[in-house]
Amino acid sequence: MIQAILVFNNHGKPRLVRFYQRFPEEIQQQIVRETFHLVLKRDDNICNFLEGGSLIGGSDYKLIYRHYATLYFVFCVDSSESELGILDLIQVFVETLDKCFENVCELDLIFHMDKVHYILQEVVMGGMVLETNMNEIVAQIEAQNRLEKSEVNRVLLCRPG
Amino acid sequence: MVAPSLKLQDLIEEIRGAKTQAQEREVIQKECAHIRASFRDGDPVHRHRQLAKLLYVHMLGYPAHFGQMECLKLIASSRFTDKRVGYLGAMLLLDERHDAHLLITNSIKNDLSQGIQPVQGLALCTLSTMGSAEMCRDLAPEVEKLLLQPSPYVRKKAILTAVHMIRKVPELSSVFLPPCVHLLHERHHGILLGTITLIMELCERSPAALRHFRKVVPQLVHILRTLVTTGYSTEHSISGVSDPFLQVGGHSSKTMTNISPLSSTQVATNTDTSRNAGNAVLFETVLTIMDIHSAAGLRVLAVNILGRFLLNSDRNIRYVALTSLLRLVQSDHSAVQRHRPTVVDCLQETDASLSRRALELSLALVNSSNVRAMMQELQAFLESCPPDLRADCASGILLAAERFAPTKRWHIDTILHVLTTAGTHVRDDAVANLTQLIGGAQELHAYSVHRLYNALAEDISQQPLVQVAAWCIGEYGDLLLEGNCEEIEPLQVDEEEVLALLEKVLQSHMSLPATRGYALTALMKLSTRLQGDNNRIRQVVSIYRSCLDVELQQRAVEYDTLFRKYDHMRAAILEKMPLVERDGPQADEEAKESKEAAQLSEAAPAPTEPQASQLLDLLDLLDGASGDAQHPPPLDPSPGGALVYLLDLPCAPLPPAPIPDLKVFEREGVQLNLSFIRPPENPALLLITITATNSSEGDVTNFICQAAVPKSLQLQLQAPSGNTVPARGGLPITQLFRILNPNKAPLRLKLRLTYNHFHQSVQEIFEVNNLPVESWQ
Repeated sequence: MIQAILVFNNHGKPRLVRFYQRFPEEIQQQIVRETFHLVLKRDDNICNFLEGGSLIGGSDYKLIYRHYATLYFVFCVDSSESELGILDLIQVFVETLDKCFENVCELDLIFHMDKVHYILQEVVMGGMVLETNMNEIVAQIEAQNRLEKSEVNRVLLCRPG
Repeated sequence: MVAPSLKLQDLIEEIRGAKTQAQEREVIQKECAHIRASFRDGDPVHRHRQLAKLLYVHMLGYPAHFGQMECLKLIASSRFTDKRVGYLGAMLLLDERHDAHLLITNSIKNDLSQGIQPVQGLALCTLSTMGSAEMCRDLAPEVEKLLLQPSPYVRKKAILTAVHMIRKVPELSSVFLPPCVHLLHERHHGILLGTITLIMELCERSPAALRHFRKVVPQLVHILRTLVTTGYSTEHSISGVSDPFLQVGGHSSKTMTNISPLSSTQVATNTDTSRNAGNAVLFETVLTIMDIHSAAGLRVLAVNILGRFLLNSDRNIRYVALTSLLRLVQSDHSAVQRHRPTVVDCLQETDASLSRRALELSLALVNSSNVRAMMQELQAFLESCPPDLRADCASGILLAAERFAPTKRWHIDTILHVLTTAGTHVRDDAVANLTQLIGGAQELHAYSVHRLYNALAEDISQQPLVQVAAWCIGEYGDLLLEGNCEEIEPLQVDEEEVLALLEKVLQSHMSLPATRGYALTALMKLSTRLQGDNNRIRQVVSIYRSCLDVELQQRAVEYDTLFRKYDHMRAAILEKMPLVERDGPQADEEAKESKEAAQLSEAAPAPTEPQASQLLDLLDLLDGASGDAQHPPPLDPSPGGALVYLLDLPCAPLPPAPIPDLKVFEREGVQLNLSFIRPPENPALLLITITATNSSEGDVTNFICQAAVPKSLQLQLQAPSGNTVPARGGLPITQLFRILNPNKAPLRLKLRLTYNHFHQSVQEIFEVNNLPVESWQ
């Protein structure tokens, strides 16, 4: 099961924070900071797996992370998940973001935080892997965007004058 | 009329424009005030925008609880835009602890039943993220209906929601069991993935489900085969294939073992390892092979695959290989041994995660045949490893050395090396173990003391090393000064040098109080071992009589008294310690030194005075009975005084001689027995072991036994094995008395018992009658 998915930049500023287990708000922020410190210490040419920090459950949990340019994508998982599998999942997620935002960069994540959440919801649900096929995910997101757009048009059409 | 609210993007721009944390806080607080006002006014058009902004500041760590009710309103709206944000807010802000969460149950129910897929998806997603037990129970029927819907998108979400529901409410397993088999026939990989997760969850919860699904196993294997033989796209492979494996591995029966080897080998040979997904599949194959009871050949194949991975250039692969090998090393030790050289090479990794795993695996691989080579590697690693691994490495080496040491000398060398390299990181009982080991290896006393002396002379900062060295120098100082030792070059050590070194340890600010205790006692012992006069030692001891550390002060006072008043006893007291049995009744795992210290300190505080006087009372009675009018002055205690505790040298119990045991005391189930031993080589010596047993229903606690004998005899009491006898025949307390009776005077023995029993304190004083004549003649 996936405990948490965190995305933050090279200075530790959170860009996406999603917990699949209940933690109080202050603890959530502390976990983000602690994870950032753990991950920052890692060189770029060593492996992508870490023991979890103490706040998030210690050595029962693993942190699997990938570093893309200015962003760290960190998945905190328990022992039932395959490490290499999750590594691939991060790649799928990032590629999907790339497809949806067209050459995604950090600014896209900053200004469209809600959309990133919606995309994530199609990949991981309730801490479990939902879909790994990028095309399916993108198709779903586009369907939802169309639905939203049609509503906006309806509202505009209904407005008097 | 509120000002037109900012769009989310604009707010984010503003926040990013803030130069300092304080500015950012200001911007956000202003905006939150707007948002709160807007919520109060109940503006439906822009509500979703306000909530989106609120969620953004929530991610930055600012309070957002006032948005909880707004989530409910947005979820209840009919617009998809509103619902989207509302559900997201519910997932981020609401949870079981807030009462508000139950209010969305109705909305979720409505959304699940109306046919728009994205909306159903949202509802299911929310339910699976934050659904509490009550919600799950209420909504189970709806989710069950959705399991059989035509749309695969909704179905796969419904399946995962079902998994969450079963986790929260295990009784729902019966609801979701029937559809599973049907779902396995699906072609859609997402559905299959979800179904397998669901089946695994069901099987974990109930054995009945397990039996049900055993029948389904051939179908799973069929799915597996199809996936393997028709090739697969990377997106599906990990999840789709791995899960059938896990399923197969976790719950296999005997029939499975026939089917799976075939598939496993097929997968193992066909998998394309050039891509990460292929490697993941291979790993899962390996783990499955290990989990189920495969044939030996298959297991060796699995280990070899892992061995190949160890040589892979990708660090991630190596990491996972090491982790998997660690899991296997218990069951397939010999197979993993073949890859030992590669594992040891991995110790050199700069990557901390990898070297940690390599360390654990290397320690697990040590056995009696490779121990010397492995220890060399591990010791080299210890010198260069990062600090957080030092403690683990040191204790691992010590443990392995203990289990597999080929010779005592090698063992001592190893421990010595670990203490010099990583002394501050070793566990506390390392000192005790080493002193025990050295004490037991008589032929190595000279060697040990020489080596320890040299090590100490170089460096007095590593406390465990200093403690052991001080103890050794104290015990075997005479061997050190003799200078003969075949095993290392002869070294002429001067008495003055040794004393100077010990004094340096005493005075160094790096020394812990315990270490100084060791050094002081060592100095004292040397006073009997050295040829020269003891003025220097006496001086040092004298100085420490006014030391601020109570422990040191007490020791110094006692040692000083030894010099001044009891010089005739000094040699006997400070003679070489006999070897203590590790598991003997009087030994414990702490250093023997600290035990001595504990007993010395036992003598000092409160009990000394009253006990001495009470014992004197006993003695008075005895003396009176034997007609001896001499009344011993209180400060000069006869053998039964404070010195009784000073003389608690451990002594291994001797084999029993045929003097009959004597029961001397019985009260309410508590019994005291004496057993006598006259060692043949020392006719003046009598050893009495008292045993306190308890057959009653209540525990005996704080049990203390004191004894007194006539003045012509000498009595030494050793420390009891404990002071509690559990009820109903629990472990008895034993205590040894040593009685020296050179004149063969008639033995008389008076005992005083104090203990707590049935919540009452009991005190008994009595003289032992019917002492057998053989005990003193």
